Amino acid sequence: MSKQRKAIALISGGLDSMLAAKTIMEQGVHVEGINFFTGFCVEGHTHAIREKDKAKPKRNNSLWVAEQLGMKLHIVDVIEEYKSVLINPKHGYGAHMNPCLDCKIFMVNKAKQWIVENDFDFIITGEVIGQRPMSQRKATMPIVAKESGADDLLLRPLCAKNLPATLPEREGWVDREKLHDITGRSRKPQIAMAEQFGFDDYSQPAGGCCFLTDKSYSAKLVDLWKSQGHKEYQLDDVMLLKVGRHIRPQPNFKLIVAREEGEGRFLQGYKNEFISMISLSHRGPLVLIDGTPSAEDLYLAAQITARFGQGREAEQVDIDITMLDGSERTLQVKPIREEDMPKAWYV
Amino acid sequence: MVCLKSFNEKVTTLTLKSFKLSLLNLEASAIMIIETLNARRLLCPLPVIRTQDKVKQLNVGDRLEVICTDPGVMQDIPAWCRINGHKVIEATAGNHEYILLIEVGSS
Repeated sequence: MSKQRKAIALISGGLDSMLAAKTIMEQGVHVEGINFFTGFCVEGHTHAIREKDKAKPKRNNSLWVAEQLGMKLHIVDVIEEYKSVLINPKHGYGAHMNPCLDCKIFMVNKAKQWIVENDFDFIITGEVIGQRPMSQRKATMPIVAKESGADDLLLRPLCAKNLPATLPEREGWVDREKLHDITGRSRKPQIAMAEQFGFDDYSQPAGGCCFLTDKSYSAKLVDLWKSQGHKEYQLDDVMLLKVGRHIRPQPNFKLIVAREEGEGRFLQGYKNEFISMISLSHRGPLVLIDGTPSAEDLYLAAQITARFGQGREAEQVDIDITMLDGSERTLQVKPIREEDMPKAWYV
Repeated sequence: MVCLKSFNEKVTTLTLKSFKLSLLNLEASAIMIIETLNARRLLCPLPVIRTQDKVKQLNVGDRLEVICTDPGVMQDIPAWCRINGHKVIEATAGNHEYILLIEVGSS
């Protein structure tokens, strides 16, 4: 009796990894999913924070995919290890701060470690040649396999026929003829395949599943690194970049202004770690001050805080300031005028 | 006399065995642990990851109470439980907190 072969599939929550896993499951291989949480994954975060998004049904797509496929999913926290990938990517960044190729190598390497520890036979990804300009090109496919250490244990079912046969194919664990030869950015073959499998509800995030591919988020990350003089970061730092308006009037401090109630509640959780401001005389958002503001800077920050509340047209607004030591005081300020806030202040 | 001693020993042994078995049964019913995991302020999937890590340390039948502030857990933790063979016994929401009671399954 032949051994039951086992594969781990990298599951992002998108359609391609779902189809790749399904293709191999159809061949009788036992497949489980693995999903890596870097701290920059889009899944759910902004929905969880922002009040306005709560009307939309929210789900974690990787869990949803696993459930649709009837397979286990292992979600792995790689926040700490991922820092070196982001801070110093060997293959550089993409259009923004996305180190996609290094990221793929890192994740496949982690999957390789996982299959060794858990006695699995090979790794599946939903990669397609030509699908992504940085990490999914003909030239990068062997780089990912080699530098991750997965070598020919890495099978890409959606484009396998365009690549040399891997060990699972050569050994007959999977039938190469039943694999696919998709190339390019068109989604038509995947959509057709989804129809064939009976998948009518799946996630197709336009910018991928990572905040680092987002222009605005990347700008905030670069600003954070520039202001602190180094690239080290904590999870809270990168979480806060997803929330609120970030306004930097001076290099030594910035304001994080909640845009609505959900964000205000989220920022409230960080109140003890930052100087915070809120209007007492008018309704207004909670504002966190990050950095080392002088007394003069705090006055300016209070004027900006007043600008984002309902007292923006008032002659005077009372702003409560809570310092890091918990002491409180009130500043009476005239809200800053919109025309006095240069666009360059908005990060 | 010898026979009686042997009989007594047997009775004692049997009694001890029953006692030990009773103790074992008692232990079996008493070892169900109810642990609490504070996942407040964490955004998904972190509450799921922390739950997953905690469940690995528990035994089948143990219960874990997870306290969260991200409403996404009301979908994500039950989904994670379903695909991994655990059971959500209770899920409650109130005052911006979401509490799930999970019974560890045999997966």
